[in-house]
Amino acid sequence: MTLLSAPGTRRSTGAPAPLAPAARLLPALAAVYRAQLARARVARIPLLFVATFQSVGILVMMRGVVDAGQTSEARSVVAGSSVLVVAFVALNLLAQYFGKLRATGGLDHYATLPVPAASVVLGAAAAYASFTLPGTVVTAAFGAVLFGLPLGQLWVLLAVVPLAGAALSGLGAACGLLAPRQEIATMLGQLGMSAALLLGVLPVDHLPQPVQWLRDLLPSTYGVDAFARTFAPDPDWAAVLGDLAVCAGVGVASLAVATWAYRRAVSR
Amino acid sequence: MNETAGRAPEEPLPCVAVRDLVRTYRSGRGAAATEIRANDGITLTVRQGEIFGLLGPNGAGKSTLVRQLTGLLRPDAGSVELFGHDIVRHPERAARLLGYLGQESTALDELTVALAAETTGRLRGLTRAQARGAAADVLAELGLEPIAARPLAKLSGGQRRLACLAATLVGERPLLVLDEPTTGMDPVARRAVWSAVDRRRAEHGTTVLLVTHNVIEAETVLDRVAVVDDGRVIACDTPGGLKALVDGDVRLDLVWRDEAPLGVPAVAALRDRAECTGRRWTVRTTPEQARELVAAVTTGPAFAALDDFTLATPSLEDAYLKLGGRHGGLAK
Repeated sequence: MTLLSAPGTRRSTGAPAPLAPAARLLPALAAVYRAQLARARVARIPLLFVATFQSVGILVMMRGVVDAGQTSEARSVVAGSSVLVVAFVALNLLAQYFGKLRATGGLDHYATLPVPAASVVLGAAAAYASFTLPGTVVTAAFGAVLFGLPLGQLWVLLAVVPLAGAALSGLGAACGLLAPRQEIATMLGQLGMSAALLLGVLPVDHLPQPVQWLRDLLPSTYGVDAFARTFAPDPDWAAVLGDLAVCAGVGVASLAVATWAYRRAVSR
Repeated sequence: MNETAGRAPEEPLPCVAVRDLVRTYRSGRGAAATEIRANDGITLTVRQGEIFGLLGPNGAGKSTLVRQLTGLLRPDAGSVELFGHDIVRHPERAARLLGYLGQESTALDELTVALAAETTGRLRGLTRAQARGAAADVLAELGLEPIAARPLAKLSGGQRRLACLAATLVGERPLLVLDEPTTGMDPVARRAVWSAVDRRRAEHGTTVLLVTHNVIEAETVLDRVAVVDDGRVIACDTPGGLKALVDGDVRLDLVWRDEAPLGVPAVAALRDRAECTGRRWTVRTTPEQARELVAAVTTGPAFAALDDFTLATPSLEDAYLKLGGRHGGLAK
């Protein structure tokens, strides 16, 4: 006679049960990215408008003190205001998002799914960086017209936004995930954005030396400089690539730190 | 003796085996910090295919226990095994064995119901097509199709809870850990939850670990229940077995229209024995005494002051109180 297991029982042996497959890195990253983009439609569009409006306002304000035309000041102002949109969303808002998720226990949702840490962090970071592209293009175009700079090089934003976005969103995610309290995550995000504003928008030649050193430490600086160089009549493309390479390097490092911070936040 | 070694070869592994689990928290800061033992030596076994409940008031240590079973929290001492896997050593394996419905929905709040379910399925390892199909099935099963395109944040508390449950059910798992799944739900949604749970048990032998402080729910859906109080399991049995502890007693509820008529000697004598909640008095007693009390309060001035009364056989709450549980901690 054959012994059958009772209906409904899965196993009758003493060996541990098989594990369900874990989600793989790229499909899980794509799923997180897609979900975050969809979230934007619900919750983020007003904030994107605010980010763009803020940068456009700064351009108008700076036009009062900086003359239009091919000057390094004008290039700095336009490039700094454009990259500020990236800092606002990728650094500030992402720090707040992860800070909130951590404080309210929302990370438990991801921590109880078999998903690689990098998928969650990179998916969210990529989505936040993507949100910034329209606002950055609008700000750059408006600024170029306002300051009489050429519009032909705006395509370079397709490299500047992802690379500066990677660096700043990695920083934002790390701040949000490492901050012990939600308020501190918010404060770090705001401080980072303020630094990007003050050190990125003001023409670099006017800054005192210690502030210039501080400016060199900020990852957004290299995005600003790369973009500013392209407005020149004969851009130094090697320097542009060098600046973008720094963004990429900082991006890899900061996203690695953010991934480590995520693992630390979910395993207590 | 090692329990695994002593098990008969044909007996299935327990779904959940927890031994001497201890987890402490520090509360407060600096010198004033005190140590709280949220779990103080918990041992329990959940068999495959069971609907097993953790019943206890808020702060009893149920959620701390569940967070250790799901690999979210590392115990200070003790062991946790899920289907033979050591979760203390390999907490990441828990996600591949169980579906967890926690109390928070912030990770899903800004997604639509359909996308929350589909994304969760993908993060549980399903392909896009599988996740989409499974999400559609679960949404239909739970009656969520009319609100599939609405973001969770815009739903009522009960609907949001149901949407989170839908996300938990996409991508089959042999164990479901549900932390107060029916909070805020109307009776229709509750029925949908329990029939979804029953269907998974019947079709796949799914085991369910349910955290609740609702005694009615515990009595009606659970196979066995562990009563948790102050970080310990104070009893573990079938609901019927626990109620047998208070067999022979009955519960008399009296609701007064206004003030209790303390001029009536039987009522005055009852005041010290009864558990008084506003105008409601509850007393647990023998059937003989209950008959005398009912006779006393259904005549004369006491009856005039009486708004309502019920005489009932013992519930799980009565068993819980008999075991030394705190008054007022459980929902009825």
